[in-house]
This record gives sequence, C-alpha cells and structure tokens, in this order.
Amino acid sequence: MDEMQKSIREYVEEEYLEEDDDEVDVDTPLISGGIVDSFSMVSLKRFLENKYNISIPDDKATPEAFDTVNKICSLVREFL
Amino acid sequence: MAYSEKVKEIYLSQLEEIKDSGIFKEERFIHSSQAADIEVEFPSGSSLKQVINMCANNYLGLSSHPEVVKAAHEGLDSRGYGMSSVRFICGTQDIHRDLEKKMTEFLGTEDTILFPSCMDANAGVFEAVLTNEDVMISDRLVHASIIDGIRLCSAEHDTFKHSNMEHLERKLQLHKDKRLKVVITDGVFSMDGDTAKLDEMVALCEKYDAMIFLDDSHASGFIGKTGMGTHEKYGVVGKIDIITTTFGKALGGASGGCVSGRKEIVEMCRQKARPYLFSNTIAPVVISGVLRVMDILSKSTERRDKLEKNAKYWRNGLAEAGFILKEGNTPIVPIMLFNAKLSQDVSNDLYEEGIYAVGFFFPVVPKGQARIRTQISAGHEIHHLDKALDAFIKVGKKYEILGRTKQEIIDMYGL
Repeated sequence: MDEMQKSIREYVEEEYLEEDDDEVDVDTPLISGGIVDSFSMVSLKRFLENKYNISIPDDKATPEAFDTVNKICSLVREFL
Repeated sequence: MAYSEKVKEIYLSQLEEIKDSGIFKEERFIHSSQAADIEVEFPSGSSLKQVINMCANNYLGLSSHPEVVKAAHEGLDSRGYGMSSVRFICGTQDIHRDLEKKMTEFLGTEDTILFPSCMDANAGVFEAVLTNEDVMISDRLVHASIIDGIRLCSAEHDTFKHSNMEHLERKLQLHKDKRLKVVITDGVFSMDGDTAKLDEMVALCEKYDAMIFLDDSHASGFIGKTGMGTHEKYGVVGKIDIITTTFGKALGGASGGCVSGRKEIVEMCRQKARPYLFSNTIAPVVISGVLRVMDILSKSTERRDKLEKNAKYWRNGLAEAGFILKEGNTPIVPIMLFNAKLSQDVSNDLYEEGIYAVGFFFPVVPKGQARIRTQISAGHEIHHLDKALDAFIKVGKKYEILGRTKQEIIDMYGL
C-alpha cells in the first residue's frame, strides 16, 4: 500500500466507520457497499482537495469514482 | 417529445431494475379507518383480511378519534373545504393563525408557521434562512426530507456520525469560521427508534456559537413528560432554534407540518420559504381536527402515558421471547433480522397470522441491518399486543431465530 492509499484509507475509516465495522481495504466497495452514503461523499471530496491541493470537478466526483480507495487514488492522480 | 416506444422501454427497464433489486413498493389497500384493527386488501384484488396494525405512526391513537372526527366535520361546515389560494394572497383563515399560536405554546418556542407537510417544512426552511456563507452539519441518519432541504440550500454541508458528539465537535471546530452554523438532527430517529442527545448537542452549539435544528416528527405529542417532544425529555425547551414537526403522525395523522422556533427565523420563512409561498396550506377541515387534538393533549397526558406503558410491554415481551432489538426507549421498536430476504419472509408470515408489520432493508437502512420495524400506539390494547407477540414468537420459531445471537442469524441466513 502506497502513501496515498494509506492516508485515504485512514481518512475513510476515521470519518465513516462505526466501532463495530470491519476495516476496509483498497478494494472494499464504499458507496455501493453501503459504508459511505453518497450524501456524505462531500466531506471526502473536500478532504482530497485540501490534502492534495487539487480541485475535483463535480461531474468527476461520482459515486462510481469514489467507490473504492483504489478508484479514489486514480481519480486524485488525474488532477495532480 | 412524443411518448415513443424508446421512452417507454427506458422506464420499463428502470422499473424492472427496481423489481430485481427487491425494493419495488406495492401499496396495501385499507378498507377501514386507521386504527389498531384494520381491514386490508392485499395483494390487490384479494379478499379483505382483518389484521392488527403494528406499523402506523398513529402513536396516540387519535387518527380516527370521535372527537377529532367531529371537530373536522364542524370545521368543514363552518370554514368550508378549500382555500383556493396560497397563504399570503387570500388563503389564511383565523384558524390557521390559531393553530400556529397553539403550536408555539405547545412546543415552547417563539413563533410558528404552518406548511402543507413537514416534508415541505424541511424542504423550504434551510434555503430561506441560510446562504453560501453558512454551513449545515447534519447527523448521518436524518430523514430524507431534510436531505432534500439541504440539497436545495446553497450553504456548505457536512455530516457527523450518528449521535457521535466527538465527531460533531470536530466538525464544529472545522467550520468555526462560517457566518452561521446549524446543527441538524431528528429528535427520534425513525428507523432505529433512538433519540438525539439534545442536551449535549445544545451545549456544543452554545460552545461553538451554532444554531440547532430539530425535526421532532416522531416525537411531538408523546416524548417528554407532557409530550412536548425530545427537547422536553432532555430539558432543553426554549433552547432549540428551529423545530419542524408534522400533523401526519401522532397529532391526528392527517397531514401538514410546521416550522416553529425563533421569531426572526419564522418570519424569514414567511417571506422566503418556497413551499409556503407557492402552495396552498393545510385545508380547514384538517386544521379543525388538529386544533381538537391539541385540546385533547392539553387536558391530559393519559394517552402518552398509555403509549409509554404499551411500548415497554411490547419491548419486554419481544426481548423475553429472544428477539434481537435495537436499543431505545420510544414506541419505535425494530426487530433485527440482518438479512433482507429474511425480513421480507418474516413480514409475509406475520401477515398470514393477522399482523401487519413491514420489513425494511438496504437502501432504506444500511446493508446487513434488515429489520421489521414495529410502532406502538395508545390505540393498542394489551390483547392486541399479546396476539402480535404470539404471532412473532410463532414465526420466530419457524425461522429458528429466537435466542440466537446476531452472528448466529447471519451464519444461518447470510447478510
């Protein structure tokens, strides 16, 4: 797991998981798996934009693009 | 564009997808008044079945109360059927203002404005009082109508983990520089039946100079010692800046809602809230019924006391039988089954036994948290609850889930 995967995974766990939830890995479906609801994606998008100093256009910030840690990393790399 | 075959196909395939995912909703036709005992036609076209209703929001059993029905008749005779106008043109009667005053008094606030529904109140209030300089911080389990209201508002939006005060505090710190901050919560969460920690939330809001918004639709009339709502239960009457609630549940169950709270906020809604400005308000016949409901509640707490007793009896009975329940102390008692299909099967079997209780599963509740949600009423007598309990136990035995742990049920039926 690289640095980006690690810090995004940490943020997801801290921000979205409840105490009795299992840990997530880089391919765990977050939105389609019901861990992150699409409405709460807003804070994830803001975290990515602040952390990596990028701007993700709304049409790219789709539930599909945010569905796993790996997909989020690919999205972030597009804008780095 | 014409309604071509192509258009039709698009909708048909979407409807198929809904059916395939198991969330296609079908109505059950009730041929009687809303009450503990109802006559139901289900599936459509089948003969009528007498069942006990365990899933209505008729918490105080006032939906078909003779005095409320009589008051509605009198209202129909004296104030007519429709207003044919929005409030600020020629659609306001004296009784609309009477109800607004009564609700202000009942909820312990400064002023109240009626809306056609609480859905409309929630859809309209945020946009009317916040701008893009502000932030809304909502509990992750708030009702869908609040989410719609948040979407319609230009203020920034953030969420906090359900009832997690540490997480809320972090979010208040994060957004401390915003012009206005509003913390948003339900009073009673309708899927879990738990209550918001309003005393702690008010303290945090005071510390961080934030307002607090409360949707008390599943509480008004019966939560708290005199039934004022969740704010009474937590000793914070007068400290909630915005309360929305409905007349479609405990308070007669017909329709309509309101925003109640700080005078200036209510006035902003009167000037700017779009569902108030562009839709007729609650019909006079319903207003007359709700006014009588408020009279009944002001005279005695008998109904909310009976509801509390019934809910305890029901919860204890289910727990003793070995069902897994969501912790809580409200008339909403969810029986956890975890697996979506199991919740549907149990609901169908209960119906065969004469018990009307619905299964809920993803996306209405999180994945792996399927359940039967039961809602207790002051209209239930002990014999209703005993009969329902017998049916639950019979069905529970059939599926061998009584006395099982969560993990055992998941091992048997999957998630």
